[in-house]
Amino acid sequence: MITPGLLLVQLFNGLQFGITLFLFTAGLTLLLGILNFMNLAHVSLYMAGAYFAVALGQWTGSFWLGTILAVPCTIALAMVVEYLAFRRLYRRDHLDQVLATFGLIMFFNEMARIVWGAGGLYVSVPAALSGNIVLGEAAIFPVYRLLIIGVGCLTAVGLTWLIRRTRTGMLIRAGADKPEMVEAVGIDVRRLFRWVIGLGAGLAALAGALSGPLFSVEPGMGDAVLILALVVIVIGGIGSIRGSFYAAMLVGVVDAVGRTVLPVLFSMFTTPVVADTLGPALGSMLIYLLMIGVLLFKPEGLFAVKER
Amino acid sequence: MNNRKFGSPSGIAILCLILLALPPVAVAMGQPYAVTFMARVLIFGLAALSLNLILGFGGLTSLGHAVFIGLGAYAVSLMMQAGASNGFLHLAVLLVVGLLSSLIIGAVALRTSGLAFLMVTLALAQLIYFVGTGLRRFGGDDGFSFRGHADFGGLLTLSNDTSIYYYILFWIMLATVLMYRLLRSRFGLALRATMGNSQRAESIGLPVFRYRLVAFVLSGTFCTIAGGLLAYLTQFVSPAYMHWSRSAELLLMVLIGGMGTLLGPIIGAAALILLEEGLAMLTPHWQAPLGILLVMLVIFARNGISDFRVLFVLAIDRLRAKAKSPAENEAQVGTASRKALP
Amino acid sequence: MSAVIHGYKAQSQRFVEHKAEPTSTLRRQSEALLSVRNLRKSYGGLVATANVDLDVREGEVHAVLGPNGAGKTTLLGQLTGQVRPDAGHVFFDGHDITRLPVHARARKGIGRSFQITSVFPDLSVLENVALAVQVSQGHSFRFWSNAMGAANLREPAQKLLERVGLAQHASMQAGTLSHGQHRQLEIAISLAGRPRLLLLDEPMAGMGSEDSSDMVKLLKSLKGQVSMLLVEHDVEAVFALADRISVLVYGKCIATGTPEEIRGNAAVRVAYLGISEGDA
Repeated sequence: MITPGLLLVQLFNGLQFGITLFLFTAGLTLLLGILNFMNLAHVSLYMAGAYFAVALGQWTGSFWLGTILAVPCTIALAMVVEYLAFRRLYRRDHLDQVLATFGLIMFFNEMARIVWGAGGLYVSVPAALSGNIVLGEAAIFPVYRLLIIGVGCLTAVGLTWLIRRTRTGMLIRAGADKPEMVEAVGIDVRRLFRWVIGLGAGLAALAGALSGPLFSVEPGMGDAVLILALVVIVIGGIGSIRGSFYAAMLVGVVDAVGRTVLPVLFSMFTTPVVADTLGPALGSMLIYLLMIGVLLFKPEGLFAVKER
Repeated sequence: MNNRKFGSPSGIAILCLILLALPPVAVAMGQPYAVTFMARVLIFGLAALSLNLILGFGGLTSLGHAVFIGLGAYAVSLMMQAGASNGFLHLAVLLVVGLLSSLIIGAVALRTSGLAFLMVTLALAQLIYFVGTGLRRFGGDDGFSFRGHADFGGLLTLSNDTSIYYYILFWIMLATVLMYRLLRSRFGLALRATMGNSQRAESIGLPVFRYRLVAFVLSGTFCTIAGGLLAYLTQFVSPAYMHWSRSAELLLMVLIGGMGTLLGPIIGAAALILLEEGLAMLTPHWQAPLGILLVMLVIFARNGISDFRVLFVLAIDRLRAKAKSPAENEAQVGTASRKALP
Repeated sequence: MSAVIHGYKAQSQRFVEHKAEPTSTLRRQSEALLSVRNLRKSYGGLVATANVDLDVREGEVHAVLGPNGAGKTTLLGQLTGQVRPDAGHVFFDGHDITRLPVHARARKGIGRSFQITSVFPDLSVLENVALAVQVSQGHSFRFWSNAMGAANLREPAQKLLERVGLAQHASMQAGTLSHGQHRQLEIAISLAGRPRLLLLDEPMAGMGSEDSSDMVKLLKSLKGQVSMLLVEHDVEAVFALADRISVLVYGKCIATGTPEEIRGNAAVRVAYLGISEGDA
């Protein structure tokens, strides 16, 4: 039965997932837009953020400290990888970048397995945040998820301020628009690149750290998020932060609502067996169908400001 | 396109003889596992060969080609599970499944190119992957195995690894011959032109989309057949066959062996599988060194085998140079590197 | 996002062999091989092509001259099919080709050469031209027999290479040619399909004076066999080659006539002198 309360909850969950997706995707879309760098290993930074948050949380005894410290740790890791691998890939074609970063994912997944074991680590939501806001029957909103939405929105605002109001942000926008020109004007492009990598890593780490209590922290986590991030980038337009935000929200909501609504809708037209089999599959299909639709009819993205 | 890319005829003949003689020799030497191993190598060699058609000669990077392998494997497995064990029937179904799926995926994906194409193929493949994991009836995430052997009337029964091996060998040899002719044909010329300069191709009257689609369909169909062969060999299928990381591995096989060569992908498949198995024998955590090796491979030896040759020759030269006088050094190293680079 | 197609509709049309029908009887200018009527294209607030009318007669060399920013590239784009006009029509041989995709126009007999040399770098010089010949002969869905072994491909290709002076480089990889040789190959490819109309996009671009005069000689030798629309910056070459000239300024065609007429045209003088004074 689909009640308004249930729908509201799914909407809420969708928003929360969308925000997390946005944090993850923002870095990726910047890399793609400014550096023309297809970095699949971004998902390993997400995973690193989650693992560091758990490990540091246990070490300091505080969930908050762990989460906050995980960000600079992951950025440091990203800088090392940038020095060793990324910077040799900037000028290569996308196939090379995909395969090299794929190798990195393999490496990091295995490292996680070595250090923390193959099973997942379970983090629980800190006691202070484990409550729920109940607005009625079936309309239960976990506080923690509300927090994520809050943090995410704050970050989005901060990011927008950074991009629009600071000098670095201006360089990023210029770089996204015409990378060659930025170089010609005499800006140290390598420093800019490192900046962008660091920023992206920090955002991914935050997404990972916050996601820890919701999903299990395990090697290879983020696989689904990576694919969805690509969908978000396609829908939102490469290089556009604003586009990523709206697209991520769209994807999150469509995914969450679709997963619950579609199987039920389906069962109204067909037998329960078929609905049970195809329903969930269709739920996840919806996002991809949306992406394909965008690629066919508006390839530059729904929210793209300018053509690349 | 010169013959250097295809290898000398005598070299290929020797290779064929070795492959043909492998099973009886392996069994006689008490190493039957070698047959299973080579069978696997040849299956992925076939898949990589097919991928190379659109990648090395069409310039299209597909990050979703493993989906065809998966579909082929599922087709055969489902039929075997249902009791239909006729090999000819399997073949017919594989062809239909391959043609249809590659036609649909290609028709959608080829409306884009470059990075967008990569992302669409990835997304479509993952879509099918998720459908596979969701379908509980077909085993969902865990997949399923089947018993029984396929048979081709009275001609052949795939009852053991050796018979399966020869069936696979037949297919890969057929595919190689077809590919050889294809690349030198008018279609091949047109396809290679679309890779080099699609805008120019359009302007002389070549409808690029059509040719890419045909190439994609040919490529996908042979991959589907490879998937069916994989099912015969493992008697098992699961959505994992279709995961995007398997597609990335296929791309690596083509890269290692050398894109844009005929036999390169087969060599690349052998190299990658050997590497994986070899590392697995050294450590259970073989994916870590493998990951690093792959990164280094892409960064330093992007052209695969031919780069190895170059690096090897350069290294030898450097060693030799150390034993000579400085003046001789300059001349020697200079000419050597000019000789070695293709 | 790289190389995206120019509209979903263009793609779907490819599966239907598009035979454009003459929609209106615009035969009063029956000598005109190519007719451009009221062509208009804007990019946001910028009007790149402002109601341009143009005719190319059979057998003539018609040049389009204009300062930078005049909209020559956009105009050419609408003729080749890469740019879709906002309004107006393009007629070729009586057929309305305004919405026809690029490859279909080539099939109809319109060839083009590119400003930035555009050849097939991985193929050999001979293969480059043979491919163009092959495409003009029909479809290329032949999968078995050796393409380069076919006499009906090799011979025409060889002849064309001799024509442009590249015969001795036939087996070289096209990517390794010099700039001038690229240009020659470019022309050979454009001619291989035996087009009735050749659209030339700044063929003198980037050439030194010797190469330039070679190119002018080559184009002169083609006169009469193929009609040409030449978009060019190099005024000398244009005056040496063209039968008629159209002058484009800020997207508008301000004058059309023979070289003498244009030379004496006051409006052209103002447009060129006025602008070229400040031109660095």
